[in-house]
Amino acid sequence: WPYCRKRCSYCNFNTYVVPAVDEAAVRACLVREAQTLLRLSQVHSVSSIFFGGGTPSLASPGTVAAVLEAVAAAAHLPAGAEVTLEANPSSTSTSRLAGFRAAGINRLSIGVQSLDDAELRMLGREHTAAEAGKAVEAARGLFPGRTSIDLLFGLPGQSRDAWSQRLEAALGLCDDHISLYQLTLERGTALAAQVRGGALPAPPQDLLADMYQTGRTVLVATGFRQYEVSNFARKGALSTHNLSYWRADEYIGVGPGAHGRFVPRGEGGCSREARVQTLEPVAWMREVQSQGHGTRSRMVLSSLEQLEELLSLGLRTDEGITHERWRHFSPQLSLQAVFGVPGEARALQQQGWLVLDSGGLRCTWAGLAVLDSLLPDLLWQLQR
Amino acid sequence: QEKLDMSTYPVESIRNFSIIAHVDHGKSTLADRLLEITGTISKTDRNKQVLDKLQVERERGITVKAQSASLFYNHEGINYLLNLIDTPGHVDFSYEVSRSLSACQGVILVVDANEGIQAQTVANFYLAFEAQLSIIPVINKIDLKNADPERVEKQIEKLFDIPRDECIRISAKQGTNVDKVLQKVIEKIPPPQCNTADPLKALVFDSTFDHYRGVVANIALFGGEIAKGHKIVSAHTKKRYEVNEVGILTPNEQPTHKLYAGQVGYLIAGMKEVAEAQIGDTLFLYKQPVEPLPGFKSVKPMVFAGMYPIDQTEYNNLKSALERLTLNDSSVTVHRDSSLALGAGWRLGFLGLLHMEVFNQRLEQEYNMSVILTAPTVPYKAVLSSAKLIKEYGKDQITIINPAQFPDKLSVSEYLEPTVLGTIVTPHEYIGKIITLCQDRRAVQKDMLYIDENRVMLKYLFPLNEIVVDFYDALKSLSSGYASFDYEDAGYQSADLIKMDILLNGNPVEELATVIHSDKAYAAGKLLCERLKETIPRQLFEIAIQAAIGKKIIARETLKAYRKNVVAKCYGGDITRRMKLLKRQAEGKRLMRKIGNVEVPRDAFIRVLKRETDK
Repeated sequence: WPYCRKRCSYCNFNTYVVPAVDEAAVRACLVREAQTLLRLSQVHSVSSIFFGGGTPSLASPGTVAAVLEAVAAAAHLPAGAEVTLEANPSSTSTSRLAGFRAAGINRLSIGVQSLDDAELRMLGREHTAAEAGKAVEAARGLFPGRTSIDLLFGLPGQSRDAWSQRLEAALGLCDDHISLYQLTLERGTALAAQVRGGALPAPPQDLLADMYQTGRTVLVATGFRQYEVSNFARKGALSTHNLSYWRADEYIGVGPGAHGRFVPRGEGGCSREARVQTLEPVAWMREVQSQGHGTRSRMVLSSLEQLEELLSLGLRTDEGITHERWRHFSPQLSLQAVFGVPGEARALQQQGWLVLDSGGLRCTWAGLAVLDSLLPDLLWQLQR
Repeated sequence: QEKLDMSTYPVESIRNFSIIAHVDHGKSTLADRLLEITGTISKTDRNKQVLDKLQVERERGITVKAQSASLFYNHEGINYLLNLIDTPGHVDFSYEVSRSLSACQGVILVVDANEGIQAQTVANFYLAFEAQLSIIPVINKIDLKNADPERVEKQIEKLFDIPRDECIRISAKQGTNVDKVLQKVIEKIPPPQCNTADPLKALVFDSTFDHYRGVVANIALFGGEIAKGHKIVSAHTKKRYEVNEVGILTPNEQPTHKLYAGQVGYLIAGMKEVAEAQIGDTLFLYKQPVEPLPGFKSVKPMVFAGMYPIDQTEYNNLKSALERLTLNDSSVTVHRDSSLALGAGWRLGFLGLLHMEVFNQRLEQEYNMSVILTAPTVPYKAVLSSAKLIKEYGKDQITIINPAQFPDKLSVSEYLEPTVLGTIVTPHEYIGKIITLCQDRRAVQKDMLYIDENRVMLKYLFPLNEIVVDFYDALKSLSSGYASFDYEDAGYQSADLIKMDILLNGNPVEELATVIHSDKAYAAGKLLCERLKETIPRQLFEIAIQAAIGKKIIARETLKAYRKNVVAKCYGGDITRRMKLLKRQAEGKRLMRKIGNVEVPRDAFIRVLKRETDK
């Protein structure tokens, strides 16, 4: 759902602020594109669905229901499949949430970002800390054990102490899943401009490193499992949908700017493709109406490219890449053959950043924090 | 093409002259006007720096290579042959200037009506004066608002002892009074004193390389005559050649039947490299040797820099580019060199920094080559005391060109550094700052005198290495551009030299090693360490960046390790972008240099070595 009521100061997503949305038209296009692409992929069973954006909680439950119906009709949608909706605290009244649940949503991800009003204002959010707290409470009532909150750290001017306080406050009201993101100042955003212009201080590298370590350590001490660079869950409340990205499963992206990775078997294709849908909603709708889907680009991924993705994404998780998963993409060349021989991976193992054993290839606790310094070496080794 | 008959110009009707001036005072513009007035080129708006043929000359507004042109002018019924020899104005090329002048009997000394006498005005005047040439003073740019010709005439009288009323006030740009200059040339400059009956004696004052015809040598005849078919010999190389073609330059090549004593033109004789026609050489007829013309010097480089291809796979391309470029520039000395770090390359010797910059620019523009240049160095010397080394080198005094060759203090009885005598001309309000600058550069004052009420001339003895990098820029900047600078070789002096190494986590970085005076080591070492800290990317471990003399560390910076380096979000949309970035970084790894365990991007060293002003 590519629409928002306003753009937050740090956001560079493919989202649009428009005075009025022709929901019926958008709904029809989402349904149509979902049908077309499901047919194209010839997928039998859909294991999870994620409504992202934009602000999906601004759409009506009816749209959610329509899309789910279309999916269920075109493929098998098991009863327990994870269906997540991303929500903003300002559009999550209990009644609204109940509507979504009735439509088929069974997991909620709330963009809390911060539990401090001043910070929320700097981020350009529409809600207060109190409102966010209420939203989480409402969500936990309707989706117990299936509510997640997003938190940002490393805000301009944020001190170590302030971050510790935020964490504590968050732990006081969260459910069993937290996504902890370091704020990235993206080019072209209002917040980045403020920092560049000197109106706001740029957070020093070492402070960011400290905050991340604090976040991880505290959450793990509280019983959460860090299963990905930025994602923490307790009592098994992992997000199966996001895991499928990092395991390089097949996924279909529907809607403006959505990304997909699947094999278009319906056309006779036999290779995994990287696909992106048209970014701009009006153009996207036109294409869906005339051709059934608005795919802007599609690129076949070579086996090397697929392995590169698997490597770069899999290492983000605590499980890493299992030998089985690797074999699926590389039947001839095992993990051991690539990374077990003397070379970069061996050196990184000796330095304590990586582990290669019967469980597969994964980062150590320390290695996860500096993964982007490890990957270029590993990619080079893989290429060779 | 019809050949001209040059016999119709007897010696009495010939005038050989040059235009000398400080940079930008209007030498080349005056040359343009003279060419127009004599009908050598047609008068159009597009005549700008006609004699400057190189792209780099036109872009920078400087003359790098000397050119000549023969002008025909009728004055009071007589046809005169006026040979104009254009000269490089920059301080790096004073040897070329002196050789061009030896082919002349007079000069036009151009002085800017506002700037007045500057350092090279003085230097070039002395060259002409010592060569006993007639000097015609010309004050140029009188059309500009700030022109003060009267003040400049006073300067000329005071400094050069030339009566004020001999000065001609002109505007080369507008053409005002340029014809008077021509008349003065005819009236005041004597014809050459030589005889066609004498045996051939020709001075080579420049040469260029033409791909189809070989070396084209610019010559001035001091005696005899020369024509196609003659067999000639080079006094310097002793090689023999047969003349294919002779002619004059107008300014393009115009073949003639013969060239006669007193005339200036070009010659093609089957020479394959410009090294066979060196500036200052004498040519004579086979079996009729003559006394070689005095003043010939083998080229002496003042600044050395290592030049390496960015990647060893480019070695052959760079090799042929260097060969072709040096075909036309015999004043660049080339030695093969190699570095543990950068692979196979060369150490090139230049006449000065401008020469080096122009060379590098030509490499980029004309041959599309980007190279790694290591720090410019000067030719230090060491007087050896170790019997072993003396035996190894075959002599007791060696020139150190590559820091890697620096002999240890224990094996040396004395280190020597090259020095120059620098002349600075400045308005008096900047004297204090300039004196401080010079003292800062270990210079010793040799002279100071007022050349008029406002201007002072200072002479300082500088160690050459103190001025090769950025002295000129510093001087210009603290005098708001008004001070000027010129220098000449002044031999060697004893110096307390050391070799400074740069270490990364204890491992030396060869291409950053420098030979430096011990007084300057700390400051230079600290600066290098700071710059390196900014250019080397953070890694998974701490990096100690140190400057060292032998085992002693004199400066240090620390680059802390990365503690977090992983992108926060990586879902559907982010993945493609991530992969692109990661793969680019993986590619970048291939181009990294590894010093010990530290990864350094290839261009880090260039960025660190580049002069401040180039950033």
